[in-house]
Amino acid sequence: MTDETLSSTDQADTRPGGTKAVLAEFWHYFSENRGAVIGMWFFIAVILVAVLADVIAPHGPIEQYRDALLVPPVWQEGGDWRFILGTDAVGRDMASRLIYGSRFSLFVGLIVVALSLLVGVVVGLVSGFVGGAFDTIVMRIMDIILAFPSLLLALALVAILGPSLTNAMIAIAVVQQPHYVRLTRAAVMGERGKDYVTAARIAGVGPIRAMFFTILPNCMAPLIVQAALSFSSAILDAAALGFLGMGAQPPTPEWGTMLAEAREFILRAWWVVTFPGLAILLTVLAINLMGDGLRDALDPKLKRS
Amino acid sequence: MKLSKTLLGASVGALFAASMLATGASAKTLVHCSEGSPEGFDAALYTAGTTFDASSRHIYNKLVEFERGTTTIAPGLAESWTVSDDGLEYTFNLRKGVKFHTTDFFTPTRDFNADDVVFSFNRQLKKDHPWNQYTAGAAWEYFDGMSMPDLLKEVVKVDDHTVKFVLNRPEAPMIANLGMDFASIVSKEYADKLEAGGSKEDLNQKPVGTGPFKFVAYQKDAVIRYKAHDDYWAGRAMIDDLVFAITTDASVRHQRLKAGECHFNPYPNPADLEAIASDADLKLPQQEGLNVGYMAYNTKVAPFDNASVRKALNMAINKNAILDAVFQGAGKAAKNPIPPTIWSYNDAIEDDPYDPEAAKKMLADAGVTDLSMKIWAMPVQRPYNPNARRMAELIQSDFDKIGVKVEIVSYEWGEYLKRSKAEDRDGAVLLGWTGDNGDPDNFLAVLLGCDGVGGANRAQWCNKEFEDLIQKAKVVSDAAERTKLYEEAQVVFKREAPWATIAHSVVFKAMRKEVEGYKIDPFGGHNFYGVDIKE
Amino acid sequence: MIAFLLRRIGLLIPTFIGVTIASFGFIRLLPGDPVLLMAGERGLTPERHEALLKQFGFDRPLWEQFLDYFFAIFQGDLGQSLVTKEPVFSEFLARFPATIELSLCAIIFAVALGIPAGMFAAVKRGSTYDHSIMGTALVGYSMPIFWWGLLLIIFFSGILKWTPVSGRISLMFFFPPVTGFMLIDSLLSGQKGAFTSAVSHLILPTVVLGTIPLAVIARQTRSAMLEVLSEDYVRTAKAKGLAPVRVIGVHALRNALIPVITTIGLQVGVLLAGAILTETIFSWPGIGKWMVDSIFRRDYPSVQGGLLLIAAIVMIVNLIVDLMYGLINPRIRHTGG
Repeated sequence: MTDETLSSTDQADTRPGGTKAVLAEFWHYFSENRGAVIGMWFFIAVILVAVLADVIAPHGPIEQYRDALLVPPVWQEGGDWRFILGTDAVGRDMASRLIYGSRFSLFVGLIVVALSLLVGVVVGLVSGFVGGAFDTIVMRIMDIILAFPSLLLALALVAILGPSLTNAMIAIAVVQQPHYVRLTRAAVMGERGKDYVTAARIAGVGPIRAMFFTILPNCMAPLIVQAALSFSSAILDAAALGFLGMGAQPPTPEWGTMLAEAREFILRAWWVVTFPGLAILLTVLAINLMGDGLRDALDPKLKRS
Repeated sequence: MKLSKTLLGASVGALFAASMLATGASAKTLVHCSEGSPEGFDAALYTAGTTFDASSRHIYNKLVEFERGTTTIAPGLAESWTVSDDGLEYTFNLRKGVKFHTTDFFTPTRDFNADDVVFSFNRQLKKDHPWNQYTAGAAWEYFDGMSMPDLLKEVVKVDDHTVKFVLNRPEAPMIANLGMDFASIVSKEYADKLEAGGSKEDLNQKPVGTGPFKFVAYQKDAVIRYKAHDDYWAGRAMIDDLVFAITTDASVRHQRLKAGECHFNPYPNPADLEAIASDADLKLPQQEGLNVGYMAYNTKVAPFDNASVRKALNMAINKNAILDAVFQGAGKAAKNPIPPTIWSYNDAIEDDPYDPEAAKKMLADAGVTDLSMKIWAMPVQRPYNPNARRMAELIQSDFDKIGVKVEIVSYEWGEYLKRSKAEDRDGAVLLGWTGDNGDPDNFLAVLLGCDGVGGANRAQWCNKEFEDLIQKAKVVSDAAERTKLYEEAQVVFKREAPWATIAHSVVFKAMRKEVEGYKIDPFGGHNFYGVDIKE
Repeated sequence: MIAFLLRRIGLLIPTFIGVTIASFGFIRLLPGDPVLLMAGERGLTPERHEALLKQFGFDRPLWEQFLDYFFAIFQGDLGQSLVTKEPVFSEFLARFPATIELSLCAIIFAVALGIPAGMFAAVKRGSTYDHSIMGTALVGYSMPIFWWGLLLIIFFSGILKWTPVSGRISLMFFFPPVTGFMLIDSLLSGQKGAFTSAVSHLILPTVVLGTIPLAVIARQTRSAMLEVLSEDYVRTAKAKGLAPVRVIGVHALRNALIPVITTIGLQVGVLLAGAILTETIFSWPGIGKWMVDSIFRRDYPSVQGGLLLIAAIVMIVNLIVDLMYGLINPRIRHTGG
């Protein structure tokens, strides 16, 4: 999506040939980055696991086997084939909990990105387009949010709202808001004065239409990269909140919450501590790899170098 | 200490710590991995056990002390006392020759005397006392909470070694109250010196007392250091240095205990109990806590105003299942409203059997069908109820078996406490109580007395027979007679069943095997006087 | 330059007022009556309830409370902690050096490893070295650091027993704090082994807290370096036959460092957020742990004061970074805003 391809039209190109060409070019650059492709496949696998959790998981995520507490993974002495990755302190199957846990992490990422993208883009667009006092106020509010370290602000917000996964998502979305607003606004400011916008306005395109259909499509590239970034940091932050006891509440098999519950076994049962963290790390890594690939494919400046 | 220089620098610190504990020949140091930071060192200002451990239990004495490991009163700074016949005047003969601590910041010029006692209480009692508001926001929470301002008329110095407490009304648990942490005796001489120097708040930060250990230093959130008080009136402590290593995280405490970085872990993780018990280097004594977890029916609302309905519901609760799932072994079924560590606990009482069939029949006999009710589950974790929601869910399924439908409700904690007091409250409330002074009155009168209706008496239960017994016990000072009255009151309680008594927590203390002579404090405190370290 | 400075500071004022309002609003937004929460099961009489409400000022109109709060800030008065009854400001100061010490070590660790690694990767662009350095950096960047900390404890404290489990120094050593920085105080104390003990306690927290900044700095250095290396004057220098070390070390690095310095400055917020997790895991007595404890103890004045002070620190550091950037690169002075 380079400047030339889109600025020739006044809105997102919907002709089949055009879209195809853009996508093909995108894929060309994206697939050049091997890491990004691996990340993408892994991410798709995580999505499949999350969607098919009911089918794949051998046990229920909160089902307790009182006869099998802290059973180690199968390859270790004392392992049990019923529980491939072992069980936790109350006899729940680790593998099943991890599988179901993927749902929460993806869900958190999705909701946070959707929420902050939607609100952030609208606020940023309006702010950049309208300018003036409104813009100043919005930008100062964003400065205020940015002045607090994100995790601390999220923690304080959850303390106000009450600890739960929903509230953790809201808090994280609030904390990530400023990045979208700033990006969108900067892009709008950049595009506002360009000829194609002026042309569209002269041609009688209303301000709302101009904002959403003329300018927005041209700011998509940085927003997509930001979305990938904030998807992964949302997962990390939600896990951190869960770890601090302020995110999803037990017995929810959210990965961070699982880690928090597992802390007491740190020296006795390595698997209850290791696997949830590994799951978080791999998922976040996959998304970040994809994000890098997206940036390379979408950002014309870096493409050159 | 033969340490090779080739050792990795990183390991040196850990090794030093370990060898320090191992070779205690020169100075015996006991390291207590305490669970949190103290709020301050003037115990009367606070209510948290963590603060008392760091202050009143080591630095200060009270006029009377609880014998270590019991709820029995023994002489402290007062050698003896007499009570007037009307129960309104308590006269204390103070111990002579008691020395306050000599520290870097204070050198006492006189022994403990009546002025110190009068000062310690008057600052809490008199709103216009110069020390009543000596730190911003000072509040004498426990003193007020125990109704001392209503109860106490005045504290009078008779002579240097005699003090008289005058009460507005007789109160049998008075002596026990004076053994509580808020009744710690501070030095008036030290206070005067601070006042003259314009640094009053140091009373709360650099404490001076008469207790077995003197304060050395506190690094916030990290370490508190004490030294044995050489002139302690009851004999010098067996250990020389006492260190509180503040370690809030339970799993870290466990690791430090195992690594020998500390000797004592006050709150081991339930998950680690098994490992501690089987570790040859560690010990794990246990005891019931001074608390009770209960479910209070609203005895003012039909059909719960009928004792046999309450009784039937109690018989439907499977307490053993609750002990397993909620307390995970760290609990004992409760049959009385007071814990077994309190004197006058009536062990002759039989608990209601778990018998859903009989319960069903009793309900039918009482003419109750299609009953549906609410159960309130607290939103917080408490020793007497580590997981109220899970407990409520278990009771829900128990009641379902006898055809009673249960809806579980919960509110934010402040709201929960407030709303559950309402006399027309809908539903049974899960709650509990942790004792203050080890006196049965502190449970029975506070939680079940007629005065508490609309307040702490969540069952809204006012039974004449029960009330007469506990009111009588309040004014009798003969211990044997009081015991009998309270035992009888427990019989009435069991018959009338305003609560389902659910459980007492069981407390575990983890320590290294070289720690000797530790006694579990029924009040939940940790006291290291009388403790020794043996090789 | 003065005009630039003034404009920057001018921009901070509304933000600071906003931050004050936000941290003030925090305590008022909490559900429930704070006084009742404090009292717990024991409850309190209506009179006492009234008195406490009055004492904390909750009975007055909101704007009055805010103005009081706002003007008190300028006298260094952030209210009293509900738990310790001590001024929030002195509670904060007592713990601040521990956090500074840890954060400085973490940032030094990140810079000392990150810049060389990034440079090396850029110079060897496309090689296996480049891929493995950048791969590692991305792993570091994706790391849930609370888990990373636990893993390091398991390995180095649990299995190898090389490092202590938690705390700042072995309990064996005791000396009054002079600077509040354990490394310096332990040297000043003159006690044998104190310094090594302090160092051994610092290693794991430093690594954990430094991991994400390290990854960010390595990535940033590499891309800044790549950009500079492709510029004409570097090519010219190379063509003229100057030694590669000289080209890279002197010409390229100096220019590449400008964006890297900004990145380092921007890590302050990341460090403070990371300190919350790191300090919790290692029982490190700093402000991150203090904030978490205060939130759990519902010590609202401490949370409120802590939020405000931390935000102020972030703002000041960002201002300094901005100014430095302005000094190095005069072009942005006129466009900044």
